[in-house]
Amino acid sequence: MIDLRDVTKIYPGGVRALGGVSLHVGAGELVAIVGPSGSGKSTMLNVLGTLDRPTSGTVHIDGHDVGRLPDAKLSALRAGRIGFVFQQFHLAAGTKAVDNVADGLLYAGLRPGERRRRAMAALERVGLGHRMGHEPHELSGGERQRVAIARAVAGEPALLLADEPTGALDSVSGNGVMELLRELHAGGTTVVIITHDREIADGLPRQVRMRDGLVVSDSGPPGGTSAGATGEAAVAAPAEVR
Amino acid sequence: MAAASAGGALRPARLWPGDVLKVGAVGLRTRPMRAFLSALGIAIGIAAMVAVVGVSSSSRADLDRALAALGTNLLTVSPGSTLTGEKAQLPLESEAMVARIAPVREVSAIGLLDDAKVYRSGRIPKTETSGIAVYAARTDLRAATGAELRGGTWLNAATGSYPAVVLGSSAADRLGIGHAGPGVKVLVGGKWFTVVGILAKAPLAPELDASALVGWPVAQARLGFDGHPTTIYTRSRDASVEDVRNVLGATANPEAPNEVQVSRPSDALAAKKAAGEAFTGLLLGLGAVALLVGGVGVANTMVISVLERRAEIGLRRSLGATRGQIRTQFLAESLLLSALGGAGGALIGTLVTLVYALYQGWPVVVPAWAVAGGVAATLLIGALAGLYPAIRASRLSPTEALAAT
Ligand SMILES: Nc1ncnc2c1ncn2[C@@H]1O[C@H](COP(=O)(O)OP(=O)(O)OP(=O)(O)O)[C@@H](O)[C@H]1O
Ligand SMILES: [Mg+2]
Repeated sequence: MIDLRDVTKIYPGGVRALGGVSLHVGAGELVAIVGPSGSGKSTMLNVLGTLDRPTSGTVHIDGHDVGRLPDAKLSALRAGRIGFVFQQFHLAAGTKAVDNVADGLLYAGLRPGERRRRAMAALERVGLGHRMGHEPHELSGGERQRVAIARAVAGEPALLLADEPTGALDSVSGNGVMELLRELHAGGTTVVIITHDREIADGLPRQVRMRDGLVVSDSGPPGGTSAGATGEAAVAAPAEVR
Repeated sequence: MAAASAGGALRPARLWPGDVLKVGAVGLRTRPMRAFLSALGIAIGIAAMVAVVGVSSSSRADLDRALAALGTNLLTVSPGSTLTGEKAQLPLESEAMVARIAPVREVSAIGLLDDAKVYRSGRIPKTETSGIAVYAARTDLRAATGAELRGGTWLNAATGSYPAVVLGSSAADRLGIGHAGPGVKVLVGGKWFTVVGILAKAPLAPELDASALVGWPVAQARLGFDGHPTTIYTRSRDASVEDVRNVLGATANPEAPNEVQVSRPSDALAAKKAAGEAFTGLLLGLGAVALLVGGVGVANTMVISVLERRAEIGLRRSLGATRGQIRTQFLAESLLLSALGGAGGALIGTLVTLVYALYQGWPVVVPAWAVAGGVAATLLIGALAGLYPAIRASRLSPTEALAAT
């Protein structure tokens, strides 16, 4: 599903946010990305989500070489295969929950009726069937994040990327959100979550630790460890020493 | 799962037209006041242009209607000046000769009494004339000039021989005479004349407005009129007006055709209309400037809108919007803004025309081309105003846009 090879990202001004990362995530995995602030987690997630292009290295998502795709095709990849959940929810103010979710399907080429139907189903799935007509300011933080998750999954993406989805929530709401993401994973979706919460990370099947733009350890896929994953962890290890 | 779609072609979905409209209206829905104000700028420009065109078209329609009622087949003959610069005279027999031109249907004439003055009473000093000219008038003058009576009666064979006078409309006003009647008298050339009638304004013979008209016989008998006409009025068959015009001078004064002035009063009215059109052009230019300023307002609104909504743009990009779709969204918003302004402006301009034309008693004419042109101009302005902000929005990198909050 995800294949990064020697990916670097140098921001204008010379900040080296990613210093040569290789990472393989198979279809249907649930991965936690952890690391100190500024270690390049969000940068990597943006590259994974095709929102940003790496300075060098190759990125394969869902079998597509992202570096070779023009903007229109990248957009189509995002519209059809990738869902995003952000720490700040990014819901449209003054718009009902059901419309916020339905508008998430705007670029997938579905008719309005179908968008609405799927939005209602997605909201039911995240347990907000009774809040469809509410606007974001009428919802709690946890509920807002669940609306955002409903929007991300309404199009049934193969890959769900979440950047600190529980960062703005208390532990109870956070647990609810994590519960939801685990369910999606159980349903077959590949899920990558950035988190600061050690407890949450430890509860997930695989942890990727980052520091200074490098992967410093990777617990690898559960069960049969792929040679690539351990190899990358080993390659990354010297960087930790350095 | 990856394998399943690995070879699959990635093609961005097109937005349905209804969806383009919907995303284009997001900014209008969330910031209605700002949308209203920037649309107002466009509306003022369009309203000004539509109203200017509408008012001038209505006034022209009124003039056309008047000309149709008055006819455009009136030609006048008057003496010009001689080669030595003196005032020329039309021969005594000129009326009769003009009447002999085949297509000429009606002939009438007035003759100026140079020395005669008009006073309301004998107590007014002689130097204080009221600028009213005294003419001897043929009894068929009204038929030829189309002049209407405001009150009283017109001169006839009987009253034409008596001291009876008909006043032009402004002459009556200046003398302070509101109505005609047996007891109403004015001093004409030092003799008392009874005011038997008052004319309405005569658009084709404006010289009659400030005049006092007395019968031809009484003018010769009592006021020393020499009998030479100073203006001959002719009505011809419509198709032959130009032909008549060509021979009129030579016919009226065969001895000195170049001492004759021939004119067509309806042309003078049309010329006045043309002068009005130049003014209309100026006002139209002002309207265009207002429209341009409105366009700058829309552009400004759009630039701010794009700056403020970067997070939304980032989100839409993450949801799969292409650059083109973001561009389309903001172009649609700009077009919507200005189309709303244009529609509102066309409506206001039409209403202004309606009220003004009705107040003036004109027929209401708002040319379809003005409205259509206004709307087309609006769309052009909307597209121009939205282009730069829309391109800027589409060029934003998704991550930078998302980071802005
Ligand atoms: N747009 C940018 N321009 C320049 N430098 C940037 C930009 N975005 C991030 N950086 C830098 O890149 C490095 C990695 O940033 P990143 O946001 O990926 O960290 P992070 O691991 O997500 O941190 P946090 O846990 O605080 O979110 C940081 O040093 C940051 O200052
Ligand atoms: Mg981050």
